[in-house]
Amino acid sequence: MEIPYTVSARPDTGLYNAKIGIWLFLASEVMLFGGLFSAYVFLRIGAQPGYWPHGLLNVPVGTFNTAVLIASSVTVVLAWASLKMRQFAQYKIWMGITILCGLLFLIVKLTYEWPAKFHHFGVFIKKEALAKYEPYLGNNYLEAKMLPHRVEITGDIEDEAALKDDTAKTYVFKAIDAVNAEPTNPESDRPTFLPRPLVEKKVVIDKADVDYASMFYPRHSAYFSAYFLITGLHGLHVLGGLIVFTYFWLPVGANLYKRNPEHLANRIEVAGLFWHFVDLVWIFVFPLFYLL
Amino acid sequence: MENEHTHAPDHDTAHHVNKHVKGYLMVGGLLLFCTALTVFLSYVNFGTQKANIVVAMAVATFKAGCVAAIFMHLKSEKWTIYRFLLITAIFATGLFLLTAFAMSDPISLNF
Repeated sequence: MEIPYTVSARPDTGLYNAKIGIWLFLASEVMLFGGLFSAYVFLRIGAQPGYWPHGLLNVPVGTFNTAVLIASSVTVVLAWASLKMRQFAQYKIWMGITILCGLLFLIVKLTYEWPAKFHHFGVFIKKEALAKYEPYLGNNYLEAKMLPHRVEITGDIEDEAALKDDTAKTYVFKAIDAVNAEPTNPESDRPTFLPRPLVEKKVVIDKADVDYASMFYPRHSAYFSAYFLITGLHGLHVLGGLIVFTYFWLPVGANLYKRNPEHLANRIEVAGLFWHFVDLVWIFVFPLFYLL
Repeated sequence: MENEHTHAPDHDTAHHVNKHVKGYLMVGGLLLFCTALTVFLSYVNFGTQKANIVVAMAVATFKAGCVAAIFMHLKSEKWTIYRFLLITAIFATGLFLLTAFAMSDPISLNF
């Protein structure tokens, strides 16, 4: 059975059917990500002072991944343009680079960014115990400068397995973040572009003084639950795009090109529209989670 | 109907697409520049956190506009697509207004 209007435009819409289909799908995607961003706004505005973390993500790595995704948006549109100009060899090159960019984005996220977070630990100190940990929080200094209070101490825990030991009375850090090691250093007032190295320092926190403690998992805070959910869903979209691109980069694409090059060009245009949308979502994710 | 195909590019189409290739590269460069600008501006103190958010979102919206207009060809698209997007924009705005409505908590304020 021949599917109609895969190449030529339907007379009433003026568009081939797949284009209508992808735009309807993208409209539903706007509502999906819109709902999540709206939840982000709700959680962020509702967060108590000091409970919305800043500067916990690696900005240079995030900037690099943003550049990679933008580059892939350029190469996918060049792949489509090559097909329109009937330059199949060029199409293979541009599409190959697009696939490599998408893979690089996912590799950075899944093998570096996320695992680095899973080994970081944070303790939120109870309000009544904040003064006891003043050397690590620097709230008197922050108050004098009219900056928001700190309530969390973060760093590397000495023994991750000990976290499951309910009889332990303390949390022991083997190294803490620079912001807690030097809380009154003006460099700690605002997040810095380059991540500051952890300071090796044994810090013992009484569990009785702790409101809540967690590795940087989604349960750590509303911030990290929003971060992992949105970047995770975005990552799945990248993976979906890569599967489609790889499919058309393999001999399937060459065979379709031999049968009807315009049909392949249309398919790549539709897949490209999805890819640009994925890039567009990241354009908002990057400043919201990494910079602000 | 659907079996019309050729390996030779339609001359007008090929010329039209070729003309746009340089534009795609320039927009790509502009987007990379705007990414660097976003990062730079996030370290500039605009007085309040709210002001910094407004500036960053303004740059992000400009970037998103470039992607949509040039890469997604919305600059010159058919009315059917614009109609879809108009309805989507209305519903997405409604979604964010619902969030604002929830935060203003009109029920406990009035009853």
